[in-house]
Amino acid sequence: MTSLWPRIEPLLAKVGKPARYIGCEDGAQRPVHGAGITSWLLVYPDAYEIGLPNQGLQILYEILNERPDAVAERSYAPWVDMEALMRAGSVPLFSVETHRPANAFDLLAFNLSAELVYTNVLNCIDLAGVAVRGADRGPDDPLVAAGGHCTFNPEPLADFVDLFVIGDGEEVVGDITDVVREWKASGRTAGSRAQVLRALSRVPGVYVPSMYEVAYEGGRLAAVTPRYPDVPERVEKRTISDLASWPYPKQQLVPLTEVVHDRLNVEIFRGCTRGCRFCQAGMITRPVRERPASQVRRMVSDGLARTGYDEVSLTSLSSADYSGIESVVGDIINDPMCSGQVSVSLPSLRVDAFTVGVATEIQKVRRTGLTFAPEGGTWRMRQVINKLIREEDLYGAMESTFSQGWQRVKLYFLIGLPTETDEDVLGIAELARNCVAIGRRHARNVTVTASVGGFVPKPQTPFQWFGQTTSAELHRRIRLLRDATRRDRGLSLRWHDPEATLVEGIASRGDRRLGPVIEDVWRRGGTFQEWSEHFRLPLWEESMAAHGLSIDDYVHRHRHPDELLPWEHISAGLHRDFLWQDWEDALAEAGVEDCRWTPCYDCGACTGYGIEHVVASPVPPAGGSQGTGQDLSTGGAVPVALLPSRVAQDVGLAGTKGIRP
Amino acid sequence: MKVRIRFAKTGKVRWTSHRDVARMWERALRRVRLPLAYTEGFSPRPRVSFGLALPTGHESVAEYLDVEVAEGGSGDMAGPEGTPSLEMAGLPGVLSEALPDGVDVLGAAVLEGRVPSLQHDVTSCSWEVEIVGVAPARMAALVEEALGAPQLLVTRERKGRQVTDDLRPAIISLGLLESRQAGTVLGTELATHPRGVRPRELLEALGPDLEAGVVRRTHQWIERDGARWEPLPPGATHAPHALERAS
Ligand code: SF4
Repeated sequence: MTSLWPRIEPLLAKVGKPARYIGCEDGAQRPVHGAGITSWLLVYPDAYEIGLPNQGLQILYEILNERPDAVAERSYAPWVDMEALMRAGSVPLFSVETHRPANAFDLLAFNLSAELVYTNVLNCIDLAGVAVRGADRGPDDPLVAAGGHCTFNPEPLADFVDLFVIGDGEEVVGDITDVVREWKASGRTAGSRAQVLRALSRVPGVYVPSMYEVAYEGGRLAAVTPRYPDVPERVEKRTISDLASWPYPKQQLVPLTEVVHDRLNVEIFRGCTRGCRFCQAGMITRPVRERPASQVRRMVSDGLARTGYDEVSLTSLSSADYSGIESVVGDIINDPMCSGQVSVSLPSLRVDAFTVGVATEIQKVRRTGLTFAPEGGTWRMRQVINKLIREEDLYGAMESTFSQGWQRVKLYFLIGLPTETDEDVLGIAELARNCVAIGRRHARNVTVTASVGGFVPKPQTPFQWFGQTTSAELHRRIRLLRDATRRDRGLSLRWHDPEATLVEGIASRGDRRLGPVIEDVWRRGGTFQEWSEHFRLPLWEESMAAHGLSIDDYVHRHRHPDELLPWEHISAGLHRDFLWQDWEDALAEAGVEDCRWTPCYDCGACTGYGIEHVVASPVPPAGGSQGTGQDLSTGGAVPVALLPSRVAQDVGLAGTKGIRP
Repeated sequence: MKVRIRFAKTGKVRWTSHRDVARMWERALRRVRLPLAYTEGFSPRPRVSFGLALPTGHESVAEYLDVEVAEGGSGDMAGPEGTPSLEMAGLPGVLSEALPDGVDVLGAAVLEGRVPSLQHDVTSCSWEVEIVGVAPARMAALVEEALGAPQLLVTRERKGRQVTDDLRPAIISLGLLESRQAGTVLGTELATHPRGVRPRELLEALGPDLEAGVVRRTHQWIERDGARWEPLPPGATHAPHALERAS
């Protein structure tokens, strides 16, 4: 297969940021293709600078390339200027390593981390020269796969994606490779495509939408039924039982050009059990699996030496909740490799003084401010969403932040939450104003930015039944906030476009009937919808209407408790009863504690799969898990038995938490 | 102590920007653990200064940067008692290894005494410009016409205003180097003061339809008091294998 580079290079002088298309990153693999080798093209359906740092994609890239029977290359959505030149010159989508055409790969595997990229997925499939609808593909076409958080409701893309991976990808990509390798060996004869898809549907964690019949009754989803007896009725997510066995990426890609998160990223744990009810990531990635502290240290030290970065981010959904956070951070900043020039960042800070203390110590270089996410403006609101941060926690964090010399703080809030009143909305202004006042006691020119996003109810969460707040109402609440903060010096208000929130809501809880809508929007040029300069609401409204679908019905309607939800044949392990109970608790303004340090609620994530939390240290961090109302101010002890486990023996440090029968 | 480094930028990496190259160097210098001098303040940065920016997409075998090495700085490459005893002979190889493919270090030398900055010191650059799809005879005619013209006016946009410049005084030399299958190669030397004239501007002045292929900076020159030399002082340790690879 010849490289497309000689045809790509002449285009580069005519496009913005040509380095997006050259590859050449440090850590890029040099894959050798051949007969008997299954080839994956891992596609991030957004611009290079957004997609390159994606850790999930990089992890699978390495795991696949380590296999003797697989190779993996990468591709990113070409920006609109490049796309126009590619289409004009009949240059197909290509990989950045060997600039090989996308349709020469056995699999095109997309990473789906946001709903607004769906039209880009179609665009990439089309640019690859492959039919956008799965039903129109033949034996010579690649299989189109997708993974990432959005696959917990795969239905809107069911017409376009041949197979979805649900949950952690580390193990399942190997299982898929095994099946596809055999299909290749059999010669990919006519008709074999349906067979390989059926074989794939039997792989745990793989969902093949074409193997299911979907029935509607009176405009509502009535049933999703497997077409064959060997196809599972419900696809359970894959979960790796511990991170220690997966120290990836070992060779994080270092791009030659500017990207987001341009630093060393080390994942310190996966999963989150704080139980924030609006957070899909927290719900679908349970249980918590912490990486052993010794491995974190080694990955940081090796990574810095190899890459030359001067910043490392310890990533997870809630990094300050890592059970050994203080000692790990201490070890990193005392490592001679860091020699005082390396700064460590925790992407999501807990809202308390302790965390700010750690942040101050580790962020030698104060280029930016600190960011906190109280999410709700009043205590009542925070009880509903189960983010039990007390005002004194927030003000303590502010006192600590501003007294240590930081001058900028960013606060994240959601609006349009279930049961939200104007008082809750105005509480955001009140909190932010009080934060400014605390800052003023330390410096004249402090700024507090309140960033407000509209809430989109997500599948597989306790809020999945809630009817999303309309964009008109979101606008009204934003206006309330603007009026309330207009005169406040040092307080700036930012908000997300409620129209984009609306479209996200269409796709978030959509079903298969959305397929033609997504295709229409794409055909009419609606790509890069998550970029405000390309976002076009009318395309969505018109396409929904053209296909007889009501936005109100998909977005704003409260789901009935007896209703079959479009994603119920996809399982994150969470029992429906647990989610419903949690929804009722939300309405009753009752919180639940972090199950890492308390007895189990039997949500199903551990109990259903025979796995459990893995913690790096038997002692929770001082302050406990933020916002769960637990009093662990001294660090405390785990209130459950520590069981010896394989991981504990392997690393000598870790413990795992027992499950209450 | 200041170390001046000469490097090449060729191949795919030519599509990165000047800022991208600066970042590559920052990472590479940290990787080889050169004891760098840092700026003061909340956000310390290594004291590194680059010469004239190379337009994105152009190749070069004559890029320069000056690196301030900490006096008595500690680090793997420092000598005993903290005296920086940099191994100039080995430095190009070590640095090339830490830099991306296509960025190759061609020489490195310690600068003696106070040396003006590259930006200020360099007076002209030599370029090789590949012209795609133009017959040598036509190209020769265009060159002759340009050299004979009293003025070569180009209009460009600067801060939202149209500015007209005469390029003719900036053209120190211009001629046909060779004819290739794809077209012809121009050789030119362009002045950098009062402003650096870019090869693309020259092409525009020669003929608006001309399309550049690979453009390569081959030299940067410092001319003073009738003498002319390249910014890397004599005695620089060159790395011959790297030179071969780059050419
Ligand atoms: S099964 Fe129990 S311990 Fe595991 S995540 Fe759910 S509630 Fe927590």
